[in-house]
Amino acid sequence: MQPRLGFVGWLRFLWRQLTSMRTALFLLLLLAIAAVPGSLVPQRSSDPNGVTQYFADNPDLAPVLDNIQAFDVYSSAWFSAIYLLLFVSLIGCVIPRTKHHLIALRATPPATPARLARLAGFTTRTAPAGTDAGAAITTARTLLKSSGYRVALYDKAGSTSVSAERGYLRETGNLVFHFALVGILVVVGFGGGFGFAGQRVLVEGQTFVNTLLAYDSFNPGRFFDDSTLDPYTLTLDDFAVEYEAENLNAIGQPVDFTAGVTVTPRGEEPEAGEVKVNGPLRTGGTDIFLLGNGYAPSITVTSPDGSDVFSDSVPFLPQDANLTSLGVVKVPDGLAEQVGMIGFFYPTQETAQSGAFFSSYPDLVYPMLTLNVYTGDLGLDEGVPTSVYSLLIDDMTQLTGGDTGVQTLELRPGETLDLPNGLGTVTFNNADEAATADDLSNSVPRFASFDIHHDPTQAWVLTFAILILLGLLTGLLVPRRRIWVKAVAQADGSLSLEYAGLARGEDPALEAAVTALADRHLAALPSIGAGAAGADAAKPVHPADSTLEQT
Amino acid sequence: MNLNDLSIMSLYSAMAVYALAFIAFAIDLAKRSAAVDAAGQAAGAPVSGEASGAASGAAGSGGSTLTLNRLSTRINNDAVTPYSHSASLRVGMSLTVLAAALHLFATLTRGIAADRVPWANMYEFAMTGTLLIVAVYLIVLIRVDLRFLGTFVTGLVLVLLGVAAVSFYVEVAPLPPALQSAWLVIHVFVASLGTGFFALGFALSFVQLLQFRRESLVADTRPVRLRFLATLPSSATLENLAYRVNIIGFILWTFTLMAGSVWAEQAWGRYWGWDTKEVWTFIIWVIYAGYIHARATRGWRGSRSAWLSIVGFAAVMFNFGIVNVFFKGLHAYSGL
Ligand code: HEM
Repeated sequence: MQPRLGFVGWLRFLWRQLTSMRTALFLLLLLAIAAVPGSLVPQRSSDPNGVTQYFADNPDLAPVLDNIQAFDVYSSAWFSAIYLLLFVSLIGCVIPRTKHHLIALRATPPATPARLARLAGFTTRTAPAGTDAGAAITTARTLLKSSGYRVALYDKAGSTSVSAERGYLRETGNLVFHFALVGILVVVGFGGGFGFAGQRVLVEGQTFVNTLLAYDSFNPGRFFDDSTLDPYTLTLDDFAVEYEAENLNAIGQPVDFTAGVTVTPRGEEPEAGEVKVNGPLRTGGTDIFLLGNGYAPSITVTSPDGSDVFSDSVPFLPQDANLTSLGVVKVPDGLAEQVGMIGFFYPTQETAQSGAFFSSYPDLVYPMLTLNVYTGDLGLDEGVPTSVYSLLIDDMTQLTGGDTGVQTLELRPGETLDLPNGLGTVTFNNADEAATADDLSNSVPRFASFDIHHDPTQAWVLTFAILILLGLLTGLLVPRRRIWVKAVAQADGSLSLEYAGLARGEDPALEAAVTALADRHLAALPSIGAGAAGADAAKPVHPADSTLEQT
Repeated sequence: MNLNDLSIMSLYSAMAVYALAFIAFAIDLAKRSAAVDAAGQAAGAPVSGEASGAASGAAGSGGSTLTLNRLSTRINNDAVTPYSHSASLRVGMSLTVLAAALHLFATLTRGIAADRVPWANMYEFAMTGTLLIVAVYLIVLIRVDLRFLGTFVTGLVLVLLGVAAVSFYVEVAPLPPALQSAWLVIHVFVASLGTGFFALGFALSFVQLLQFRRESLVADTRPVRLRFLATLPSSATLENLAYRVNIIGFILWTFTLMAGSVWAEQAWGRYWGWDTKEVWTFIIWVIYAGYIHARATRGWRGSRSAWLSIVGFAAVMFNFGIVNVFFKGLHAYSGL
């Protein structure tokens, strides 16, 4: 026993197993199965809120699932293991095939088989009387060559033949396809690290400078360098929406969202642009996408002495299709106490039978803002980041709405109300100075949320994707076949021409191709003899498709 | 009556005609069985008539590569019991063409009524998708005689249209901004076209399995229940046909996946995010890649690869009918 040799032998055995077609197939099917759970259980990457909800709904099951990475299926150890093994198998399989193919590309077509009759599409013709065997084969060779075949002549006792092969592109396509798959994997695997994705909400009129601090959230890739950010500015000039107003089956359904923006690249003139749902704006090495929108009521809070302690347009998050929206106002300084307000905004307010308000249309027809006022510690001083969209009311005192017995503040654009306890006043500003009471369509500013991305690998992914498609088209549809033409001198002095083919891979048109070649070949041969002989010769001598011979 | 009402009426008429075509095709299958019996009687004992079938059947499924290669070049009907004419087959075909014309009219009027391509919600996906299934079938028929699949095609289309009309119907509505893209036209259309090819591949693989079973039974001189199978091509021929149809479906599906990624990049800023619909598109792609590999893997040709083709189409149907409606994700376009 030689353990070292055994070990190497064992490795070699393993490698051969791994790169076998059977393993590739097994891993492919395993990959398909492994991808399923990620569609059944919410994924952190695509649906983080869904995961949180899942934990809340299934407190016992969720941690167990989490242990097996069920919420991160596509980056999990087991999923990765499958596709990495598959790709190792792929590389191990494709490299030797590439070598083979390179040799095949230079090789001459193999010698003509002794008995063509056993092959596909076998057919024979009688050459016109007086045809020279060598000349007939040369003609066939020219014909085949001009149809893209690689050809070689073979001479044997009693017969001359041409052997032709075409369709090397099939294998080339197949190899390109598999290499391009590796290309995609590599680019996606490493390339993601060089980009970033950031989000930013802009209210109409606001401007954003493309710097790290200006983002509401920012997710850089592993290798991303902040200093490469190009500090262009982006201003949201106006946000236009259009809702279906005529089709009774679709009243209020959004028809168009357009963010009119101005982009100013550093050191250049401002440029007007547009961002739409399917139409990102590409500038400064980034792609700017329109992800969401809503209303940002302009609210001013004034202290009892008349100074404004808060004045801003506050983005309210849409809660339903008619844009009932929820927002939070925090006034940390300037009043007797810290004040927080939770507000609902209804672009077209109506009252349900229960007395509750709701919005019946997403556009600004009859806007109303309701506010509930809280006092106490806003929790802003501890240095812990808090969301601007939520208010922690546990340590605060509610002054309006709920069980307080004080009515919730209800404001229409332009109205001002007193805050309880003489804290001051709050105004719901009408953003449209020229507005009349019956046209409030511009009374509340809108906001748009943008996703800003930089992904330097996209062009590479697209390139490989195109190679994949081209590789598939040629690898699956180009027929690879061999065709032989043999001239055999008969005992009676005539010349018999034999034709046959061999499919290499799927090739349903092979027989037709052989027959067509035979016909073209015969037509190309100069008929020296009498017309009658020529006409006779054009008929096949044997039936083209004899089942007996085939099986 | 507005255009959409006209579309609905036309669609219901198409369904009625498909149902009649289905019946005609079913009668044809019965006649095929009768023809097989008659051929058996004419040959003396029923067994001997089948015995010749056994020979060619066994050769076809024998697994020798040479034989398979040679058979792959003959996609014409190589049935044991030749069978070509039946009035009900012709009636079935005529009715199918008539139904397809009504179906096309229904789809076009829906598109005109909505003033956009008629594939923007489940109801419309189903309507256009089934139209493409029939269209692919009729076009393939020009090259290969697949009339024996008539029951399958009309039956499938009828069921899908029935579900669409009853469960998926929605009124005409404008396109939401997320769908206002040239990629809707390309991506969804090519996906539906691919589905048409996969449907045909599924049917052929299914018949292939039946035929393979018949061939094994005959080889053992055991009785065969579905006698009409003797008038259909051998399982090896069916397998090659299924492969040809499926690879075209696969190429279209690959394009669908890529076009979808380009669109996702434009709409959501990333070309791939493992959204549920993306996951299932990927799963389908991988299953069919497995199918293509199986056809080149020793021991997996024949019935095993046929099962992959069947599983693949089941996944396509699942992706359309279940994922769209019940799974949560960004692709919330069912319109329901
Ligand atoms: C990521 C995994 C893989 C995928 C998605 C994949 C996909 C495909 C597809 C779509 C084809 C047909 C297209 C063409 O011929 O151009 C194909 C063919 C082929 N693949 Fe792969 N493949 C993978 C991995 C592998 C591996 C690991 C091997 C080797 C063990 C392999 C060997 C082959 C061979 C030999 C063919 C030719 C089959 C034939 O001619 O019918 N593939 N593959």
